[in-house]
Amino acid sequence: MTRKMDSTKRYEKLREAVGNGDVDRRTFFGLLGSAGITAGLSGGIMTAMAGQARAAGAELHFEGWGGVVSEALRKHAFDPYEEATGNEVVDATFGGENEVLTKIKAAGSTSGHNILHSSGVSWYKRWVDNGYHVVLNEDNIPNLEHVMTAMIEAFRAITPDGLSAVPYNYGTTGIAYNTKHISEEKAKELGADLLLDKELKGKIGGWGGDWANRAWYGALQSGQDPNNIEDWDAVWDKAREHRDLVLKYWSSGAELMDLLAKEEIWVTEAWSGRVAALQAQGHPIGYMDPPNGLAWMESMFVLEGSPIEEAEELLNFMLDPETSIAVAAGQKYPSALDPTKIDMPEEVQNLPAFDPTGKLEALVFRNPETWNPHEKKQGAMWNRVKKGG
Amino acid sequence: MPETATPIDKRPMVLLTPAFIAIMALVVIPMSFILVYSFYENVDLAVDRVAFQFGNWEQLFSDNYYHSAIWKTLKISVVVTVLAAVLGYLPAYFIAMTTFRHKWLLLLLLILPFWVSFIIRTLSWIHILGNQGALNGLFQWLGLADAPVRMMFNEFSVMVGLIHVFLPYMILNIYVSLEGIDRNLEPAARTLGATPWQAFREVTLPLSLPGLAAGSLLVFVLTGGSYVTPLILGGPSDFLFGNLIYDSVVTELNWPMGATLSFTLLVLLGSVVILYSRFMGLNQLSKAFG
Repeated sequence: MTRKMDSTKRYEKLREAVGNGDVDRRTFFGLLGSAGITAGLSGGIMTAMAGQARAAGAELHFEGWGGVVSEALRKHAFDPYEEATGNEVVDATFGGENEVLTKIKAAGSTSGHNILHSSGVSWYKRWVDNGYHVVLNEDNIPNLEHVMTAMIEAFRAITPDGLSAVPYNYGTTGIAYNTKHISEEKAKELGADLLLDKELKGKIGGWGGDWANRAWYGALQSGQDPNNIEDWDAVWDKAREHRDLVLKYWSSGAELMDLLAKEEIWVTEAWSGRVAALQAQGHPIGYMDPPNGLAWMESMFVLEGSPIEEAEELLNFMLDPETSIAVAAGQKYPSALDPTKIDMPEEVQNLPAFDPTGKLEALVFRNPETWNPHEKKQGAMWNRVKKGG
Repeated sequence: MPETATPIDKRPMVLLTPAFIAIMALVVIPMSFILVYSFYENVDLAVDRVAFQFGNWEQLFSDNYYHSAIWKTLKISVVVTVLAAVLGYLPAYFIAMTTFRHKWLLLLLLILPFWVSFIIRTLSWIHILGNQGALNGLFQWLGLADAPVRMMFNEFSVMVGLIHVFLPYMILNIYVSLEGIDRNLEPAARTLGATPWQAFREVTLPLSLPGLAAGSLLVFVLTGGSYVTPLILGGPSDFLFGNLIYDSVVTELNWPMGATLSFTLLVLLGSVVILYSRFMGLNQLSKAFG
């Protein structure tokens, strides 16, 4: 098993474990101290040894969202793949794909970046527009036939000559709330406006990392169709209203879970799978998708310069129904496999956002045609609004 | 009698060459690239056009958003520097003046935090100041508060985080300065009738000012260039100029604007260093590191 895990990642894992009650506070601080000393003393040696260990077999660098998602991929996909093929998957965590794009642009090469757990059709288009895509040989990925047509077509529309990614999972960004302090009735009654409830000032969170997420909710709160926003001023007015009530904008899934689990915040928009993970851990967290709530799909994107055949082999392995279902159950996001073709266990069927029809018609996705043209201007606007502008 | 030409001593030049090459390669040339990039035009996200235009600089000079960020950064940097100086002087004085045989142990304790990642040290404040943190637990256990006192995700927690991270730089600088003072001076002042406070105020403190100033310069410059601490410990409106650079480069994928802001920060902080050099002399910094 090869896993690139820095001190921060280790710390986040430890915090999650403390949040789950798996590690008591005394042990936590003991481990924290030991981790610091160990990292200081052994970092160099371990890096050198890891380099030697990787000398044999092909190496694929994977970057994903961290936390329970990475845990599931490592356990159910990468470890078995490494065992079966002798190749190695070096997985790392990013805060967003913009970080990866910045690194690649700065380095002038995709070296060290092969497969991304890419978010949405918009990012698929961005990677393609920047020339970082490949053309996958779909014959080498026979398990692609199990994937929902609706998902494949969304990506194929951008690259009709061949896919550079395989759809992998989907989910929603709904509203998570602490049921000890907010009733289900109140949550349903207020919908997206629950995030603007003045009574909850200082107990509200928000995702700071994505302008479109904030704008989507601003559109809902200002009574507009998120896929056809006409009044951007009204959207940002709602974002300002939200900002004045917010304790903290979170920037990663681990931080979201930590803030909710520790009850630093009682309500926030949240990723469905992360909330399902918190619920499975026994935290009193409710979840709802307000009308016109935001849905998204994720893919495994292969970057230009990667060892293609090995990457295709890994993707096929990841799409194997047994692996894909295990990952879905582990990461708490429904699999991209068509449930009308592949039997899904009850555990997956009960996940938030799961669509038994395999057509995804009940979910509302971001339309790249209407969103992408606004990204440059409105993305910068969000950064200002977030900071008090 | 014929004059003999004095041979030119080339040793200083030879000794300085590696440092000169390193500074050119690692500072001057990259910063020149950044300056050039600031004239490029960002056409779309992550798409830049080679150009020579002043749009980014115009935006910087005309947009109040950037001015308020500069003001906020300077304000926080000054407050953090003053607090670090006040808080750092006492331990530095203690370490310098103690007769404890194993003084090295105290210095080791001072640099021990550097063994732990800066991010982890910053994140640890959540466990101390958070709603379920150690301090709130203590307050409630002592009956001082019924509900958690809000201490996290505001300007206070940002300053606490910055002081925590940069305090050792201040202490080390002051310590080195104090260590160089003749131990007989304070007793001499006392024999001439000075009270302990007068002896400190009129002898020790003035002599330690170079170290205090060097520590202040380092803390000021490091605080002014910070962006991770406000990101982790701050609320929505707690940001520094460095956070605007992060936004431009990483989230907006607008490198030309990011380059403009980076160069501006370099000029601002560089001006502080030049001012320091003008009044104190940069040689105090080298003294601080032995």
